[in-house]
Amino acid sequence: MSVLVFAETSEGKYKKTALEATSYGKNVAAQLGEPLVVLTINATDPSALFNYGAEKVLSIANDSLKSFNAKVVANIIRQAAEKENAQVVIIDSNANGLYIAPMVAVNLNAGLASNVIALPSSVSPFTVKRKAFSNKAFNNCIINTPIKVIGLSKNSYGIIENPVTGTIESFSPTLIESDLTSEKMEQTAGKITIADADIVVSGGRGLKGPENWGMIEELASILGAATACSKPVSDLGWRPHSEHVGQTGKPVASNLYIAIGISGAIQHLAGVNSSKVKVVINTDPEAPFFKAADYGIVGDAFEVIPKLIEKLKEFKANNA
Amino acid sequence: MKILVCISHVPDTTSKINFTENDTKFDPNGVQFIINPYDEFALTRAMWFKEKQGATITVANVGNPSTEATLRKALAIGADDAIRVNAEATDSFTVAKELAEIVKNENFDLVLCGKESIDYNGGMVPGMLATFLDFNFVNACIGLEIDENKATATREIDGGKEIINCNLPLVIAGQKGLVEEKDLRIPNMRGIMMARQKKLTIIEPTQTEVATATTSFEKPAAKSACKIIDNVDELINLLHNEAKVI
Ligand SMILES: Cc1cc2nc3c(=O)[nH]c(=O)nc-3n(C[C@H](O)[C@H](O)[C@H](O)COP(=O)(O)OP(=O)(O)OC[C@H]3O[C@@H](n4cnc5c(N)ncnc54)[C@H](O)[C@@H]3O)c2cc1C
Ligand SMILES: Nc1ncnc2c1ncn2[C@@H]1O[C@H](COP(=O)(O)O)[C@@H](O)[C@H]1O
Repeated sequence: MSVLVFAETSEGKYKKTALEATSYGKNVAAQLGEPLVVLTINATDPSALFNYGAEKVLSIANDSLKSFNAKVVANIIRQAAEKENAQVVIIDSNANGLYIAPMVAVNLNAGLASNVIALPSSVSPFTVKRKAFSNKAFNNCIINTPIKVIGLSKNSYGIIENPVTGTIESFSPTLIESDLTSEKMEQTAGKITIADADIVVSGGRGLKGPENWGMIEELASILGAATACSKPVSDLGWRPHSEHVGQTGKPVASNLYIAIGISGAIQHLAGVNSSKVKVVINTDPEAPFFKAADYGIVGDAFEVIPKLIEKLKEFKANNA
Repeated sequence: MKILVCISHVPDTTSKINFTENDTKFDPNGVQFIINPYDEFALTRAMWFKEKQGATITVANVGNPSTEATLRKALAIGADDAIRVNAEATDSFTVAKELAEIVKNENFDLVLCGKESIDYNGGMVPGMLATFLDFNFVNACIGLEIDENKATATREIDGGKEIINCNLPLVIAGQKGLVEEKDLRIPNMRGIMMARQKKLTIIEPTQTEVATATTSFEKPAAKSACKIIDNVDELINLLHNEAKVI
């Protein structure tokens, strides 16, 4: 028996969430007293996973898998799980992870818990804690089936080094047929995505208009952060829809979330609450965001942000 | 084209969430229930196919009798008929299996779902449903065109989008972009009147085993009060030395 993690790569490199899933998997394997096997496709350096506890890396090298097809990958995970007699399968929460997890669950006739944020509190019955009600609550849930699939929530466990001596086994699964094809991908190159970012700088209607986003972009670039916005800002067309965060937009689970000129409506907070540290900058001391934040500055963004940018530049220069 | 839109019945986005029976049950007291916001995008897109391409729309929900008001609302928006599977929707795996039975029995070629229910935020039912049926599946769908039996779907990916071509039958998990928010339909008086005459079939579940079960709920720990700071130097200092996030 084993614990199987699917570690996704992007251009041959492991995504951060793949390392987090591996770190988490190592600990689940320890709880069960089983080895950790990690499945990976077209990784340049499969052995990089040994550092996070992978005792065995099942490595697939196949050019026809360069373009992601969820059905094909979900089927490959099934083959790996069967071959390794996996009892638990762990998948991250990137766009592709969210896509395949339910498919893998059905392939393995397994119960799935998505949005899981902690190690199992018990392995018998197998009980995990997951986010629910748009971060307004958690639920503890039992997976009853012999095989269990876990969708690990981003930034919930962290990347933890745990070096082991591992082996690499090359794996050549059968690729199933699919009439679904990718016509093209459009990705903004070089920009940090909200999904990947450790820090997110977000602006609301308090910024008055799209012409004022220069300082938001600058602040984000100094911090190596992604930019985001509240719903009305994207509805008004000031910023692209892909930046809209909140209950009905993208979820944010970063280490630091900076909300500038955002009131903190319940639907906004629901989507950003699981960020670890929240900072609010708002002219109105009564803005509801102050109740949800860790640090707050009551002040005008047009005065505070330029100062913050200047001081952060100094800070970065001194701490480089 | 026969379209099934899967509708989940969820607490309104402004709801305060509470639990009862020792935190083992969700407390529906005082909660207003709505059509899951993502499913509204799916339903509105289905209406477009109905009006422009002559599709028929069935809406389905797995739930107890209290969800019928939500199905009636979908009928008032313009769906042709509705099906309720009479079971508590506690486990996505069984919900997807029940929905798969409906799709098989009625030969739907397009199934539109939302990307997640805003209550349990599972994001599981659509992908499970597609896999039970061995249909094509597109997650996080932000655009969908159908031409005969060919679909072109746009999927949101981290930092961009992907355009996908595939054949029907197809299941999608949709969101905003499928239609724009300003184009979302709301029921009008005529729709509400007509909805009363439309067929709402209740069927009994076929599944008895559950794959997952909730044992308890928790609320996030109470937060300590926000530290109000009056200058940016102090903010940088706290973020660096106390919170250790920069
Ligand atoms: C079904 C539904 C779903 C929703 N989903 C979402 C969602 O996913 N995400 C989301 O964000 N919203 C969502 N909303 C909208 C939400 O209810 C709020 O309307 C929205 O979040 C408000 O955006 P805002 O804070 O940018 O704007 P406002 O509420 O207008 O707040 C602007 C803030 O800026 C402050 N301000 C003004 N001038 C300055 C200045 N110079 N410097 C600093 N601060 C200043 C003001 O004091 C105010 O607090 C949803 C609503 C509904 C009904
Ligand atoms: N009980 C249900 N009845 C009908 N459709 C559902 C039900 N639960 C989920 N769905 C569909 O599946 C989508 C994703 O839900 P979930 O997997 O619960 O997050 C929803 O947007 C609905 O389209």
